[in-house]
Amino acid sequence: MIRDLSYIDVLYLIAAMRWTLALTAIAFLGGGIVGIVIALLRTANWPPMRWLGALYVHGVQGTPLLAWLFVFFFGLSIFGITVSPWIAAAAAYSIYAGAFLGEIWRGCLQAIAKTQWEAGASLGLSTAQQLRYVIVPQAVRIAIPPTVGFLVQLIKNTSLAAVIGFVELTREGQLTTATTFRPFTVYLIVAALYFALCFPLTRLSRRLEGRLHVAR
Amino acid sequence: MSLVDLSNVVKRFGALTVLDEASLKVEQGEIVAIIGRSGSGKSTLLRCINGLEPIQAGRIVVDGTVVNEPGTDLRALRQRVGIVFQSFNLFPHLSVERNITLAPRVVKHVPNAEARELARVALRKVGLEDKIDAWPDQLSGGQQQRVAIARSLAMSPHLMLFDEITSALDPELVGEVLKVLEEMAREGMTMMLVTHEMGFARRVAHRVVFMHKGKVWEQGPAAQTLAKPNTPELETFLSAVLH
Repeated sequence: MIRDLSYIDVLYLIAAMRWTLALTAIAFLGGGIVGIVIALLRTANWPPMRWLGALYVHGVQGTPLLAWLFVFFFGLSIFGITVSPWIAAAAAYSIYAGAFLGEIWRGCLQAIAKTQWEAGASLGLSTAQQLRYVIVPQAVRIAIPPTVGFLVQLIKNTSLAAVIGFVELTREGQLTTATTFRPFTVYLIVAALYFALCFPLTRLSRRLEGRLHVAR
Repeated sequence: MSLVDLSNVVKRFGALTVLDEASLKVEQGEIVAIIGRSGSGKSTLLRCINGLEPIQAGRIVVDGTVVNEPGTDLRALRQRVGIVFQSFNLFPHLSVERNITLAPRVVKHVPNAEARELARVALRKVGLEDKIDAWPDQLSGGQQQRVAIARSLAMSPHLMLFDEITSALDPELVGEVLKVLEEMAREGMTMMLVTHEMGFARRVAHRVVFMHKGKVWEQGPAAQTLAKPNTPELETFLSAVLH
């Protein structure tokens, strides 16, 4: 049944944004945890740890996110393991975001001069203390702009979760189009809503970038 | 027993031998200037003493600790051996106070208030007490280097190593840093300094060590050795640096 597009539909679209935001939050949290581990593996002194980190990053960056969603949601059910869409999405997005955040943060850790490690070591700080008090505080500053940049990508990529049953912003747009047959208007609204989420973040990232040129 | 005792130390970077059976002893309270061409191994020698560079052969004993043994607690040693670098290496994200108090607080668990006092005392020694709340990027090169010295002093080291600490400074800022070193010399600090400041070496150092091709080539009392070198290599070097 085709009906007219009304403000109710717009409200539904706005309401669907909460799933987009929830997915983004889960992906960022899970990916952040994985990313820290990967960044530390990739910068470790012991070569096998670096290889393991590299294997992970190249493996994940070389495969589509969609494939990971399918693997966790449909793939595991073949072995009789039933996975809720939330678990599947959390796993797939953490794996995906972890690889990219890990690489971003690895670069930031390595951007801190070796002499800073040496200065810390020379004062009797342990490796963990050098990381915590000297390297990470400096790395975090330079990591903020690219991390926010990736967050914007993540928001947009949550639309892929529609394939395993999430009715987030893009999927809600599809459903609305199906009942109103007004694809042009509906998808423009969907795009505007994504823009409303992403644009402030992009601006924030730019501002931080400008401000962080000074050392502190 | 000597405070520093290096015997037949060999250090290689890949195929390049930087230290070739270098031996050197430094006594408590002594001030030793290490001179030589770039690439002669003098900076590496200094960096081996606090374990920043692992060695391939020989033996290094510092303040009773064998530096080059696998089980050596390098962290404990480094609390007693301060090092100041050519490029200052202050922590840019920390204030002057925090730069100085980081290691006392984190490594020695000195309480905050006490640590600030420690920073104040250390800064007084380098004449920068009024900069305690400044940030590294607000300071001149000479001031940054003096803060770096204060940062090492705050750990109350038994031995201080200085790796070409005035080489990155504008000529007019060299004096203020050397003055701090002279003050430390007067207080009896044991110091080893790699330097190109021959006048300073002659005036302040007890002994001059000339390194050449990874070896301790010639050494002796500062004024005498610089005035009357025994080896043609030192003579050539001196005529090149003194014009």
